[in-house]
Amino acid sequence: MDAILLQLLNGLDKGSAYALIALGLTLIFGTLGVVNFAHGAIFMIGSFCAVTLSKIFALSHKAAEPSGKDFLGNPKYDDVLYITEWFGEDIGNWMIDWSVPLAILFAIPIMLLIGYIMERGLIKHFYKRPHADQILVTFGLAIVLQEVIKYFYGANPIPTASPEALRGSFDFGVLIGFEPNAIIYPVWRLVYFAFSALIIGAVFAFLQFTTFGMVVRAGMADRETVGLLGINIDKRFTIMFGIAAAVAGLAGVMYAPINSPNYHMGMDFLVLSFVVVVVGGMGSLPGAVLAGFLLGIVESFASMNEIKAIIPGIDQIIIYVVAIVILLTRPRGLMGRKGVMEE
Amino acid sequence: MLGLEKRDTLLLIVVACLVTFAPILLNPFPADSSMAQFNAGYPDLMQRFVIFGIFAIGFNILFGLTGYLSFGHAAFLGVGSYSAVWMMKLLTMNVIPAIALSVIVAGLFSVLIGYVSLRRSGIYFSILTLAFAQMSFNLAYSVLTPITNGETGLQITLNDPRILDGAGAPSYPNLFGAQMNEATTLFFGGWSFTFSVGYYLCAVIMLISFYLAIRIFRSPFGMMLRAVKSNQQRMNYTGLNTKPYTLAAFVISGMYAGLAGGLLASMDPLAGAERMQWTASGEVVLMTILGGAGTLIGPVLGAGFIKYFENIFSKINKATLEGWFAFMPDGIEEFFVAIIYPFVGKGWHLTLGLLFMMVVIFLPGGLVEGGQRIGKMFRRRDRKSSDAELSAAQQRQVPPAE
Amino acid sequence: MGILEVKNVGKRFGGLQALSNVNLTVEENSVHAIIGPNGAGKSTLLNCLVGKLIPDTGSVMFDGQSVLGRKPYEINQMGISRVFQTPEIFADLTVMENMLIPCFAKRDGSFRMHALESMMNEKDIVGKAEHMLEEMKLIDKRAMHAAAMSRGDKRRLEIAMCLAQDPRLLLLDEPTAGMARADTNNTIDLLKQIKEERNITIAIIEHDMHVVFSLAERITVLAQGTPLVEDTPDKIKGHPKVKEAYLGETQAA
Repeated sequence: MDAILLQLLNGLDKGSAYALIALGLTLIFGTLGVVNFAHGAIFMIGSFCAVTLSKIFALSHKAAEPSGKDFLGNPKYDDVLYITEWFGEDIGNWMIDWSVPLAILFAIPIMLLIGYIMERGLIKHFYKRPHADQILVTFGLAIVLQEVIKYFYGANPIPTASPEALRGSFDFGVLIGFEPNAIIYPVWRLVYFAFSALIIGAVFAFLQFTTFGMVVRAGMADRETVGLLGINIDKRFTIMFGIAAAVAGLAGVMYAPINSPNYHMGMDFLVLSFVVVVVGGMGSLPGAVLAGFLLGIVESFASMNEIKAIIPGIDQIIIYVVAIVILLTRPRGLMGRKGVMEE
Repeated sequence: MLGLEKRDTLLLIVVACLVTFAPILLNPFPADSSMAQFNAGYPDLMQRFVIFGIFAIGFNILFGLTGYLSFGHAAFLGVGSYSAVWMMKLLTMNVIPAIALSVIVAGLFSVLIGYVSLRRSGIYFSILTLAFAQMSFNLAYSVLTPITNGETGLQITLNDPRILDGAGAPSYPNLFGAQMNEATTLFFGGWSFTFSVGYYLCAVIMLISFYLAIRIFRSPFGMMLRAVKSNQQRMNYTGLNTKPYTLAAFVISGMYAGLAGGLLASMDPLAGAERMQWTASGEVVLMTILGGAGTLIGPVLGAGFIKYFENIFSKINKATLEGWFAFMPDGIEEFFVAIIYPFVGKGWHLTLGLLFMMVVIFLPGGLVEGGQRIGKMFRRRDRKSSDAELSAAQQRQVPPAE
Repeated sequence: MGILEVKNVGKRFGGLQALSNVNLTVEENSVHAIIGPNGAGKSTLLNCLVGKLIPDTGSVMFDGQSVLGRKPYEINQMGISRVFQTPEIFADLTVMENMLIPCFAKRDGSFRMHALESMMNEKDIVGKAEHMLEEMKLIDKRAMHAAAMSRGDKRRLEIAMCLAQDPRLLLLDEPTAGMARADTNNTIDLLKQIKEERNITIAIIEHDMHVVFSLAERITVLAQGTPLVEDTPDKIKGHPKVKEAYLGETQAA
């Protein structure tokens, strides 16, 4: 029982990352009708926002230490962090410790800007082109983005720490009446799950309860009619693209401590996220979230030793098996609408 | 000739000539000159040109004609490689049975995957093929280790049974005794040209594949495939069943991929799972689009282009650049080197990505369309008509100017 | 015994009874029009005939054989060709290639692996396609991309493609929808000519009364998913029920 619960929890954090990326993909697909293969790269850039912020915080300059001289009698220099200088020792160190959560604030404007530039500069010209062209051009963009990141940050993964207070593990089992140490779970992963739930909730609330969201939902259902009503749907869709980029970017920021950011992580996640989107049903937001968590959990169960003993190698392929079975039995995914993307 | 129309025959002859003289044409710079690093005429790279040419020609039969975008074709390449190495382990080092088996196994495998994947179209088809290929890749790395030898890759060893080979048989892949790595180098002034058995075997097979592709393109079957791409509804209401047509195209392109995989293993008897990864499938998509999907020569062009980038362009380093811009004043030289450096050498992927985007945005017909446009400009200037696709074919052998 | 026998056909979409108790007989070598106001179920009925939809109840017999449960391509091979409301042609192919495809489909059936055969050896097929293009006055456009043709030419080409299969029944779904008067008259003349020259049955779904009364020998009026009356054009013109259900509506509009 505790083992099952543990796997459930393990599935949740991976599932939340899948769900967040798939949510952004679906927003873009549902509103703009564009298949965005560069979405994984946006997730990756989000992770690198966290890296960048911690690098910025680590910027320092040399300052002569008034008291000390080294053994040759020259004045001694110390590295002084700008951040401690500006904000004082305590706040400065706290900021360095909390650089990953702080990067959320840093990432939001960046991601919105990237989303805006992408949509206005490139994607806009592909609304009327075939889906194959959209896939190809965004695939090219993904390569370009990841190479740019590789140029500036190198090819090696960059470990990025979560705040000290949120490191370590947490005895989850005790809370719900198990033996101590039965279910140990890293704190940061719980944070990640909560964060994802928050973002997903916010996106749904935004679409459900604001006029803006209502127009966008109407546009997803029938773009032409909404256009005829004299509503500038294109402008709203641009904003939607920015929001989708922000969702993926934030998913990336918070994922940095779980998986050291590297330039190709976007592509790795993209393949799985597309499977998630398709399983959920192209264009269905609840479908994307549901499928994200479902596949995350299924994947973590398949990696249990008891199950691997029965079907060797199942953990490696389970996501694809589920995807194939769902696509063949429910052609439009779990919650997809009829006729989407099948021309 | 050969059941081809005049212009197709001409195209085939030109390609045949270029392929035959590639060891000379691709080595335009003297071996000791500073430009020698741009020579592509060494057997290993030329083999890659033609083998990936075969892979892309096959992919184009599916994507270029029917419009079905497969993101999992590398699986067939990988399966072909494994089959070929197994044949060389168990039966004989002669490459003929190895290549034959790789085509057959890849064909059977593609019947299976194609039958299931083609039940869906559009992006669902792409994702299904991607899922199957990733499954094959993951399995090759894990449970199938007894067959694939996991991360190390499948290799030939001295202990292999090789029941058909006698005691004195060559221990390297060969064609009735002629080893694939055998080569003669001719020196001609400062130039040196290497002619290898392996390259010419690949070249002959590539020409046969190319010829068959032309036949398929021009056949009624090829027309049906283009009709599938154009309007499936009309196909159905014209009494035509689209499923067997698309499946046949899928299997043919899978067999081409298997052939390419078998050849790769024959040139270098090693098969690894990374050949099946989705990035490898993405590469053949890049090649085909870059060269020109749906055209005859485009995929070959794209394959050559990308392999040239990967092997030659990637070797340009800072020192080379400094050499080029040495004539400029210091400050300006540094500026130019700094601007260009991110795009060359290890940054070649960046250039490739940008180039690919440019092609998708501005030249949907790929390099072939580019060639045709240049050809048209040319024709307007003087009245000499030159076949546009042919002029594009000739460009293939000219090292890219960038 | 007509060439097409529709018996008790019913079709339901969720809460909507699109068709109920449809009985219809199309006599061989006749021109039969099916008319009715919007939402009368004309298109649903047509889709049931060609295999795009499967009716919930009833039977559809073509030449003594049931078409139910067969795929569209199988039904086409039985001898039913369909012309769409907006011309469905192979837009990316040339006009000649558009014409060749139905000729191959007629000779080779639903699939043939002629991957290594040369078009040069298909003199019969090429000849037949050229002949059809000449007959339809499209021969000088043979090398043109079909997408580049005018709408009227696309319609001609689509009809030519259907005729190339020598169908026994030609189904037309509002063939003049959205056409200018001159193009409509051309299409009427073309259909009249086809009828005169060939052994063919034509069933036509139409909104335009001018077209219907110029062509049809028998007319079935469909309203709310059921046939209201079936008779000759003269009788239909004066029929009070029809006026009420259909003509009244068009006059008001």
